[in-house]
Amino acid sequence: MDIQRLITMANQIGDFYESYPDPAQAEQGIAEHINRFWALAMRQQIAQYVGQQAGVGLHVPVQKAIAAHLKI
Amino acid sequence: MDDIKYNTSHQPEHSRTNYDDQLDYGTPASLSSKQVTLSIDDREISVPEGTSIMRASIMAGINVPKLCATDSLEPFGSCRLCVVEIEGRRGYPASCTTPVADGIKVHTQTAKLADIRRGTMELYISDHPLDCLTCATNGDCELQDMAGAVGLREVRYGYDGENHLKSVKDESNPYFSFDPSKCIVCSRCVRACEETQGTFALTISGRGFESKVAAGVTNFLDSECVSCGACVQACPTATLIEKTVIDHGVPEHSVTTTCAYCGVGCSFNAEMKGEEVIRMVPNKNGGANHGHSCVKGRFAWGYATHQDRITTPMIRKSIKDEWQSVSWEEAINYAASEIKRIEAKYGRDAMGGITSSRCTNEEVYVTQKLVRAVFGTNNVDTCARVCHSPTGYGLKQTIGESAGTQTFDSVMKSDVIMIIGANPTDGHPVFASQMKRRLREGAKLIIADPRAIDLVENSPHIRADYHLNLRPGTNVALISALAHVVVTEGLVKEDFVKERCEWDSFVLWRDFVAKPENSPEALADELGVDAKKIREAARLFATGGNAAIYYGLGVTEHSQGSTTVMGIANLAMATGNVGREGVGINPLRGQNNVQGSCDMGSMPHEYPGYRHVSDPAAKALFEAAWGRPLSDEPGLRIPNMLDLASEGRFKALYCVGEDIVQSDPNTQHVTHALENMECVIVQDLFLNETAMYAHVFFPGASFLEKSGTFTNAERRISPVRRVMAPKNNVGGQGYEDWEITAMLAQALGYKMDYQHASDIMDEIAALTPTFKGVSFAKLDQLGSIQWPCNDDYPTGTPTMHIDAFVRGKGKFFITKYVPTTERVNAKYPLILTTGRILSQYNVGAQTRRTKNIAWHHEDVVEIHPHDATERGIKDGDWIGITSRAGETVLRAQLTERVQAGVIYTTFHHPESGANVITTDNSDWATNCPEFKVTAVQVSRVNQLSDWQLHYKTFSEAQLAFAGRDAEAAKID
Repeated sequence: MDIQRLITMANQIGDFYESYPDPAQAEQGIAEHINRFWALAMRQQIAQYVGQQAGVGLHVPVQKAIAAHLKI
Repeated sequence: MDDIKYNTSHQPEHSRTNYDDQLDYGTPASLSSKQVTLSIDDREISVPEGTSIMRASIMAGINVPKLCATDSLEPFGSCRLCVVEIEGRRGYPASCTTPVADGIKVHTQTAKLADIRRGTMELYISDHPLDCLTCATNGDCELQDMAGAVGLREVRYGYDGENHLKSVKDESNPYFSFDPSKCIVCSRCVRACEETQGTFALTISGRGFESKVAAGVTNFLDSECVSCGACVQACPTATLIEKTVIDHGVPEHSVTTTCAYCGVGCSFNAEMKGEEVIRMVPNKNGGANHGHSCVKGRFAWGYATHQDRITTPMIRKSIKDEWQSVSWEEAINYAASEIKRIEAKYGRDAMGGITSSRCTNEEVYVTQKLVRAVFGTNNVDTCARVCHSPTGYGLKQTIGESAGTQTFDSVMKSDVIMIIGANPTDGHPVFASQMKRRLREGAKLIIADPRAIDLVENSPHIRADYHLNLRPGTNVALISALAHVVVTEGLVKEDFVKERCEWDSFVLWRDFVAKPENSPEALADELGVDAKKIREAARLFATGGNAAIYYGLGVTEHSQGSTTVMGIANLAMATGNVGREGVGINPLRGQNNVQGSCDMGSMPHEYPGYRHVSDPAAKALFEAAWGRPLSDEPGLRIPNMLDLASEGRFKALYCVGEDIVQSDPNTQHVTHALENMECVIVQDLFLNETAMYAHVFFPGASFLEKSGTFTNAERRISPVRRVMAPKNNVGGQGYEDWEITAMLAQALGYKMDYQHASDIMDEIAALTPTFKGVSFAKLDQLGSIQWPCNDDYPTGTPTMHIDAFVRGKGKFFITKYVPTTERVNAKYPLILTTGRILSQYNVGAQTRRTKNIAWHHEDVVEIHPHDATERGIKDGDWIGITSRAGETVLRAQLTERVQAGVIYTTFHHPESGANVITTDNSDWATNCPEFKVTAVQVSRVNQLSDWQLHYKTFSEAQLAFAGRDAEAAKID
């Protein structure tokens, strides 16, 4: 899928959790949301993007969440 | 009597002892708990205080003659037929307007009363046509019945005197006729229009002999009349009557079923002659509608027999080919072979299914079962994706169940009603009538909507206390501002929060909304709403008594749709407005079975009953029941499927009852995706817009041709009953839609062994805890059931979360406002928002094929006079609307209903191309499209857009491929 679309979607999820005072909780929230609602191929694609392209365009907490907690 | 509450429409009657739902008790039931005992014709009876003598008589089995009384309306006392004698009292009081009293002795049949009644009837009949034998209501006329009951034998006045017999009929309404010559001026129609519908379109004009029923100044069609049919229902003579009854005669049998339109889910009696529907009459005992209806449900069912129906299966290799009509067997086998081919070539992840909220629960269930168990993927989604998916997500997170918390009747106990992003009088008209009744009784009203919906100040005797006319896209900011006031002004119901909610989550939320940046003053500019007004509205909501929130797609169809739903739940919990009647969180579902299609597991991440596909217990349960291995990975949502299809990675789609080309955003993206697929199977009544891109067409059965259930916005499961054979009869056999899905499964090597839709419900009940106690037999017995229905609640659950939330403790979520990226700029300086209109439904595939077209034959774009003048646009001009997604051309309507900077349109007609301009922006949590906010520019133009010109050519060609003449296919 167009990676820009996935980046936008992931950043939108990140925006929701941005106001959570505990960054660890926010990261887990972001990753859990993606794990529960994104198809495996979409998760793999965004994880690969974070791994290979350093997640350019992804907000930092989103990058961290994907790197640390995504089920792929 | 003033302090006694009456029931005219909002309380279930089933629990009443000896209540006969076929009888008209003349006046509404009293809700008093105090009993009064009296004697009527020597029969002793105890009834609730405040009951009329008429009603008490009928309860005692004594039929007092009546004409102007009917139990859906307040008593009026005009016809004088129901007079009685009461021992010790003078005169002959009307039994409809006289309440019972302890110990009185009433006589309903005496020589004097008989004389009075005959005299009254004689006067009525002296000015009434004597054409009973050829009259359309012959055999179904209360005037005729009463003439017989009072023993009228002669009319001494003759018929030559001044009379109304030459009055001219008003045939302007497409569905019913008004014949003033047969009117007895009982005012039942006028009162029904006021009390039942709340439109006040009818009145009695003139005085004395000149008194007559009048709709506006000209005729019904040009009046304020909304054609709900309440007047027709109330008329005791042939004055107001369905044209179908005039044409065909009085029906001979009746079957109770459920309307196939909006999320109110009205119960109707399909009144039939053989297999032909003569009329649809709202069911007085319907749990959602209590005998009321709207123009769609009551009259707009002619599409079921419209000539555009496709009734034979069709196949073709390419969308550039003509369709080939084939047998069911050939169509099913072809579809199955294509699915197998595509699975072998591209893998099962390249396939999926889409269900619709226009499908029954049983159809949705078998479709998702087919996709999960037979296709072997969780790529199944439903049209709730593009409407209420944020409701499912947001309510599950906060209160633990993806459904509204109340019954519709709950509104009668509300003191404050807050409507956010919904237009009930157009979208949910029958519920709106009930809401209007409560508002006329004095409930306060807060409306948050960019546009002035009718309830703001255009509904008689109703005016919103606060209209928060916010800018499109700023809902979350508004919810935060309201919450800020509640929190900082000490209006939180802390006892409720402490007992019922997760305190830690509350504290986080409280501290967040209390921040100065969330104050009404800080957000006023962003919202475009006066801060003082927001503060006052918040105070009213928190302190005005029972406060209920009703919301619609104006909440969900935003990039922060889910956030707003959670914000609404936060607000309701913080103010203690959940868990009893009169309060609650009430999503007004667009289509009839939005709730049901979600309940039935048609979302890619969850099984029936909202259990996540990764839940090992749920997976094991369904694997055991279905006998196939299931995937524990969430599947693709509709926009994901379309994105992948555009890239050539999604190849086969089974689309049941849904029209994604017209209803989903960014039309050109959708059609491009469909063009890239190799097997699109569409199952529908008509060659809809999506079917024009299909390779296999399975002709479906209309709601009149099948059995099943729909679940409405209040979780009410209601029966859909087959009243005629399916029209898709090829080779002597027609099929209900679930049968078609089962045949496809069979052709793919999987047996779905159901004999009847009820077998499917039995399977749903066996596998879904909230449906455990549901069966067709119980539905027959109770009429309808609100889930959860289980061992603890065997007759269902009208109000949810009473003692505890479904998730245990309610959870607050921080709802930060994130402005949409769809912002106005120099190139696109206006915001387009979209909505609905009363007479049309969704993509219009049904209502456009009815005479409802008389009210709305084209989509127009509403524009504020300021924006129009700036661009030299006059009322009625063609204007081009351009967004970053596309361009279309619509006719302009200048109105101050929309605020400057905002334009508004509907999407009921495919050639309008409203969704050509909407973008692929979507809700962060669910991908629900941001239909409500599109940055656009408009300008005067002289011709259709390129897309519209292409559409015209393309659709004409596609109709021709199916052997249909484009012109002939227009509405007859």
